[in-house]
Amino acid sequence: MTADNTPASNETTVLEVDGLCVEFSMRGKQVPVLSDVSFNIDHGRTVAIVGESGCGKSMTALAIMRLIPSPPGRISSGKILFKGENLIEVSERRIREVRGRDISMIFQEPMTSLNPVYTIGDQIAETIKRHQAGSAASVRQQVLDLLRLVQIPAPERRISEYPHQLSGGMRQRVMIAIALACEPALLIADEPTTALDVTVQAQIFDLLKDIQAKRGTSFILITHDFGVVAELADRVVVMYAGRKIEEGSVEQVINDPRHPYTRGLLRCMPQIKLDPVLAAEPLAEIPGTVPDLLRQSKGCSFAPRCPSVTAKCIEMPPMVQLGEQRSARCWLAHEPAATAEQYV
Amino acid sequence: MSEQQTMNEQPAIRAGLPWGAADDEIQPEIRWRVTWQMFCANKGAVVGLVLLSLIILMGLIGPMVYSGDPFAIVAQPFLEPGGEIPLGTDYIGRDILIGIVYGAKPTLAIALSATFVTAMVGLTVGALAGFFGGKVDGFLMGVTEFFQVLPSLIFAMVVVAVFTPSLLTVVVAIGVTSWTSIARLTRAEFLKLREREFVMGARAVGARDRTIIVKVILPNALPPLIIAITLQIGLCILFEAALSFLGLGDPDVLTWGMMIGQSRDFFFQAWWTVSFPGLVILLTVLSIALIGDGLNDAYNPKLRGR
Repeated sequence: MTADNTPASNETTVLEVDGLCVEFSMRGKQVPVLSDVSFNIDHGRTVAIVGESGCGKSMTALAIMRLIPSPPGRISSGKILFKGENLIEVSERRIREVRGRDISMIFQEPMTSLNPVYTIGDQIAETIKRHQAGSAASVRQQVLDLLRLVQIPAPERRISEYPHQLSGGMRQRVMIAIALACEPALLIADEPTTALDVTVQAQIFDLLKDIQAKRGTSFILITHDFGVVAELADRVVVMYAGRKIEEGSVEQVINDPRHPYTRGLLRCMPQIKLDPVLAAEPLAEIPGTVPDLLRQSKGCSFAPRCPSVTAKCIEMPPMVQLGEQRSARCWLAHEPAATAEQYV
Repeated sequence: MSEQQTMNEQPAIRAGLPWGAADDEIQPEIRWRVTWQMFCANKGAVVGLVLLSLIILMGLIGPMVYSGDPFAIVAQPFLEPGGEIPLGTDYIGRDILIGIVYGAKPTLAIALSATFVTAMVGLTVGALAGFFGGKVDGFLMGVTEFFQVLPSLIFAMVVVAVFTPSLLTVVVAIGVTSWTSIARLTRAEFLKLREREFVMGARAVGARDRTIIVKVILPNALPPLIIAITLQIGLCILFEAALSFLGLGDPDVLTWGMMIGQSRDFFFQAWWTVSFPGLVILLTVLSIALIGDGLNDAYNPKLRGR
């Protein structure tokens, strides 16, 4: 995109993903798992990657950290520029330095993402010691500060507890503390609250917003929940079958979605309805399932499930630019929702 | 195959020995006190520890208290126990109690060294095979199976017979033939644990393969391995006894197994010649098994929280 040519934009752009393609070899065939995924993240901003299970959200996150299991997976083309450095080309040693220090990740399952045999203090200290020198006392002090930052009560006591002694919300806070240990510029949160109950979710969101305000950390937020997106994100990338199908600011995507899949996702949001007649209505769903990546057609991958499908959709639609950093991969992208639905 | 199946039935979340430098920095004295308390809560383990301590003490101090030459003929053959010679004499008139006292040190030394060899080879092979998988796994498991199909006692006999019997060859022979079960157990644990999210989590904060194997996965795999390795000490004592029984021990060093082996023809004539060394082997192996059980309790943080 433009970040290469204009040095000024490099200061605010933390990460630039450009034309990222990932392939997995399955039964002797190269199966594309990500095709031409591109997006930017600015300093102190949050980009949400949205989509159903199996559409490539987590794969994008793993690719950024070069954590795709290889074999069978491999990044076949594209660039991942972190502060101007292409992470796809750097050495294994360099990428290990980047992991945890510059870019870190929070996983979906706080129950299993912590090592059960170490105290939480040890696990946070381990990350700090891997990336910076310091005496045992200063590391301990840093660990206590981090536990306070993620609002864990009585950190002096908690520091020597094991993961199984903590609740799910507490563990996710510890995960966040580990991820933040070296003050990374970018934090990737892979469905950070999916495994937690709603009240704890809200606390974690507040915590993340608070940290972003204090430290200017950029977030990639991976989720399938537009409620979470509206809460936290500045920009949205919607993915389907390994492709970016829509991108824009949160307001643009939620108020004026241009891809039928995005509209479908938005309609799937449950709403609290007190009226018994409305409450009896079943929750909307998108018929069908994400296509099998082994059997991809040449056309639009959403066509088989699309309510607005036309004859044109047997060809892959281009990424239609609708404005600055606003695009959708649909033949009908120029038409607002109301008009597009008439084709049904 | 059946070995792997039983392994999968073990609880999904497991915990083990705190490992590595990081642990020592946060209140180590408290950690070790807790571990000790958990160990002591297991009565059997305490009994085992006391018993083993007595046996080791007998090996160290015994020769000073009840001294003599274990190979010397001190009285007439087949003297019954209870007389002047407490445990009687064997078929050529050697003092059996002296044999037991002097035999403790070499027997335990052989068992511990052989277990060390077994554990090192087994853990390394199993960890590499389980962690890297694919071709590495295929090759290492091929080697493991090759050693497994050989009847271990006969293989050990060949090793000892080819190189003349000595302490070293006996240790090597036991080590070379016994590591396979530890390797398979380690591999199974690693295969299961490497898919866990905390392994990906460690990678995501920049850990390298070596760190992940040694500091992330191994401590989680340890509880079943601690038990297996502790039991291995007992098995090594029995293995050495079997070799000595067949006359393939180091002829210059008296071990309990050798005492049984040499007196085996006279069991019905003089039960004490075989029974007392046998009883000591039994007690030693039993105490080691009890300690293994206690260690498992002590190193399991899941039990600590209670």
